[in-house]
Amino acid sequence: MINSTGQAQAGCPQEWGHGTHECVRHGRKTSFFTFLVVISSVAGNFSLGWGMRQVGRLVTFSPLAYVRAVLNPWVALGISLLILWLFSHMTLLSWADLSYVLPVTSIGYVLSALAGKLFLHEEISHWRWAGILLIVSGVALVARTAPHRSGAPI
Amino acid sequence: MRWLLVALIAATTTISDVLQAAAMKRHGEIRDFRPGALGRVLALLARNKLIVASVAAMTVSFFAFIALLSVADLSFAVPATAASYVLETVLAKYLLKEPVTLGRWAGASLVACGVALLSR
Repeated sequence: MINSTGQAQAGCPQEWGHGTHECVRHGRKTSFFTFLVVISSVAGNFSLGWGMRQVGRLVTFSPLAYVRAVLNPWVALGISLLILWLFSHMTLLSWADLSYVLPVTSIGYVLSALAGKLFLHEEISHWRWAGILLIVSGVALVARTAPHRSGAPI
Repeated sequence: MRWLLVALIAATTTISDVLQAAAMKRHGEIRDFRPGALGRVLALLARNKLIVASVAAMTVSFFAFIALLSVADLSFAVPATAASYVLETVLAKYLLKEPVTLGRWAGASLVACGVALLSR
């Protein structure tokens, strides 16, 4: 929606008034599913990364090698989280635009880098911190827009 | 080999996301989150051709991703998957007819530059 200062607020297409029940409900739903998408992708990727360290090199077209990889418990956990990601992503996309969902959920890249530093003791260089800052500003910019603009064809 | 896998991941992720977004736009907003209602939505979507094609593309993307993880660090592989970012925003505008405002372009560009720096 557009408030008195002419700024778009998250979660509210223009035709709903500010602070209406529908607007608040929509905002909460968007935040909850964005959180679920981000957490499931960060935890899922981390789990896959950890599992593939144990499985070892896998650049082959042999299906057996991939089956063996999938049977690793960490890879299996990663797949379960990926399924959770798929469902929450589809739910979010049922009302939010792809051009909103993509940048907003990319906060996951920052969390993945931090998980790499905390749990895998990866180095975070100055360049990487600069990248994290850019991503956070991009996310903040897009998160201020309404997830779905009224008038857009569905 | 790394960059070949990155290209494969970017292409299949783009196809998967755009098909999924198109299918969910057609389906409309999910409002009822009771288990029975969610089950019915799931049954309906499982028969949706766009969703089936999207999941097929995602499966290829997944196996390419674990192959990439076996030869590269997590801190390279995860940001590299954002290579599809700008293309996806362009497709969202022209194929899905989304109103990509200046704010969204600016945000998407900032994120894309940030991701490029992350992979350094």
